Amino acid sequence: MNDLRDLYQEVIFDHNRSPRNFGLLEHPTHQAHGVNPLCGDELKVSLVLDKDGVIEDLRFEGRGCAISTASASIMTETLKGLSAREADRYFDAFHAMATGESPTPTDLPALTKLKVLSGVRHYPARVKCATLAWHTVRSALQNASASVTTES
Amino acid sequence: MNSAALNQYPPALDATALRADFPILDQPVNGHPLVYLDNAATTQKPQVVIDAVADFYSCDNANVHRGVHRLSQRASDRFEGAREKVRAFINAPSCAEVVFTQGTTGAINLVAQSYGRSNLSKGDEVLVSAMEHHANIVPWQLLCEETGATLKVAPMNNNAELLLEDFTNLLSEKTRIVALTHVSNALGTINPIQKLTRQAHQAGAVVLIDGAQSVAHEPVDVQSLGCDFFAFSGHKLYGPTGVGVLYGRETLLEAMPPWLGGGDMIRTVSFEGSTWNALPYKFEAGTPHIAGVVGLGAAIDYLDAIGLQAISTHEQSLLALATQRAHTQPGMRIIGNASDKAAIVSFELDGIHPHDVGTILDSAGVAIRTGHHCAMPVMQFFDVPATARASFGLYNTAEDINALFDAITQTQSLFAR
Repeated sequence: MNDLRDLYQEVIFDHNRSPRNFGLLEHPTHQAHGVNPLCGDELKVSLVLDKDGVIEDLRFEGRGCAISTASASIMTETLKGLSAREADRYFDAFHAMATGESPTPTDLPALTKLKVLSGVRHYPARVKCATLAWHTVRSALQNASASVTTES
Repeated sequence: MNSAALNQYPPALDATALRADFPILDQPVNGHPLVYLDNAATTQKPQVVIDAVADFYSCDNANVHRGVHRLSQRASDRFEGAREKVRAFINAPSCAEVVFTQGTTGAINLVAQSYGRSNLSKGDEVLVSAMEHHANIVPWQLLCEETGATLKVAPMNNNAELLLEDFTNLLSEKTRIVALTHVSNALGTINPIQKLTRQAHQAGAVVLIDGAQSVAHEPVDVQSLGCDFFAFSGHKLYGPTGVGVLYGRETLLEAMPPWLGGGDMIRTVSFEGSTWNALPYKFEAGTPHIAGVVGLGAAIDYLDAIGLQAISTHEQSLLALATQRAHTQPGMRIIGNASDKAAIVSFELDGIHPHDVGTILDSAGVAIRTGHHCAMPVMQFFDVPATARASFGLYNTAEDINALFDAITQTQSLFAR
C-alpha cells in the first residue's frame, strides 16, 4: 500500500475532483486532440499564444483516469504564462520524470509541483496516463490544429 | 426433483483442488496471494499443458508432414493427434474441417479474405452484431472496402441482449455472411446461436461464429449450433498462445481459394502454376505452431477430464455470487445484464475511472482487465470510455470473489477521502 499512496497522493485526488482550467477556449490560437488508444481516453487542449509567444490561456477537456486528469490539470497551471519554448523544456523534464529514463533537470522552478506525479514511473502501464496531456499540448504548440496519440 | 433428474447434473467441481494444477496461481502479487480474474483475456496453463509443450521440444521436435525420419513422424503424429482431439472437442464431422490458425483473429481473417473475397461483391451485405470484438468487425470492414459490400450491424438493448426482431429484419437476400460472437467478451452476453443461424441460413447467408469466449466455458457442438464456420483460440482454452482453430464446413472450405501461399499448402508447384493440397492443409501454409498445437491437445484432454458441463455449472455459480455482491455494493454498476450470461462481469464504480480501479485492485493482488476490451463500439453504446472487467475460470473460487469485493471497497474508500 505504500507504493499506492506514492502514486495516489492527496494532491492527485484534489485535482481529479476539481480539475483546474477545465473546458475549452472559445477562440484558441492552438488546439489539439489527444488519444490513448490503449484505454480509449481522449483529451482536448486549447490555448491562446500571445504575440510574444507566451501561453496566455490554456484549458483542457476530456475524461480520463485520476492520473491523467490530475496531470492535465497541474500541467495547465504550470504552463500558463510560460513561452512555448519554456513549455517544451517542461515537457522534456516531465517526460524524464514520469518515465524515469533520464535524470530530471533541477533548474525549472515549477517542477516541484509536478513531482506529485513522479510515482507513475513505478507503474509502466500508467505512464501514458500522465503524459497524454503533455503530448497533446506539445502537439498543439507545434501545429495549430492536430491530433496526437500516445502510440505515435 | 427426482433422482433421475439429479443424476443429469455433473459432479461438482473442486476448484480449490484444481488450483494446484496451475503453478502460476501459487504466487504473491504486491504482497497478496494472486487472485486472477482476467480469464477472458487469457487463461492460465495447467502443468499438463506446460509439460506437453516442454516434452514435445525435449523429445519429439521436428517439422511436420515432411521428413521420413523418426522425429518428424512422431511430431506429425502428435500434431495430427491434437487435430483429432480438437475435432472431437467441438464435434466437427471430420478432421478435414479443422484448420489450425494463429488464433481466433487469424481464423476470422482467413474466412473474410478467402470466402469473402471470392463470394462478395458490390451490393452484398455482411451482418455483425453491436457487441462484437474488433476481431469480428475489422476483417469485415476490410472486406467491404475491397469488394464494395456493406457492413450492417444488428443492435442490442440496454441489458446487452441482441434485438432479435431487428436482427431478423436486417437479414435479406443481400446478406451473404453473418458473423456473430457466441459470447461477448466485454459484456458476457451469450447469444442464441442456433436460432440466429437458422434464420441466417433461411436468408441464404453463411454463418461464422466467434467462439473465443465460449469454448472454455460451456460444451460446444458445431453441428448442433449449425454454423458454417467456428473460430476460437487456444490460449483462452487453458492452452498456449499463438494457436487457434477454424472449423469450416467441408463443402465451403473445398470451394474456397487458399489465403496464404507457401509450403505445406501445395500439391505441386511449377513456375507455370501450382495446385493445392487437400483440406485442411490448403489453409496451413508454412510451418505451424507445432508445440502450441500439441499443448492445445493437452489442454483439451485436461478439460475433457473435468467436463465442460461441470466447468459451466461452477462458473455460473461464481457469476451468480459476483452479480449478487455487485448489486449490494454501493456505487457499483454492472454493464451487461443479459438474461443468458457467461461468467464475465463488466462494471463501473461511481466517480472512479476503470484504470484507477485496475491499478488499486492490482495493489491488492487482484488481476482484472480495464479498458475498452477491444470492443470500442460497445463502450460507445454504453457511453463509457472503458470498463473494469472481472472474468472467471475453472480455478476461481468464492474466496476470489471476496478478495475482489474487498479490493473494490478499498478502492472506493481511497477515492472517498
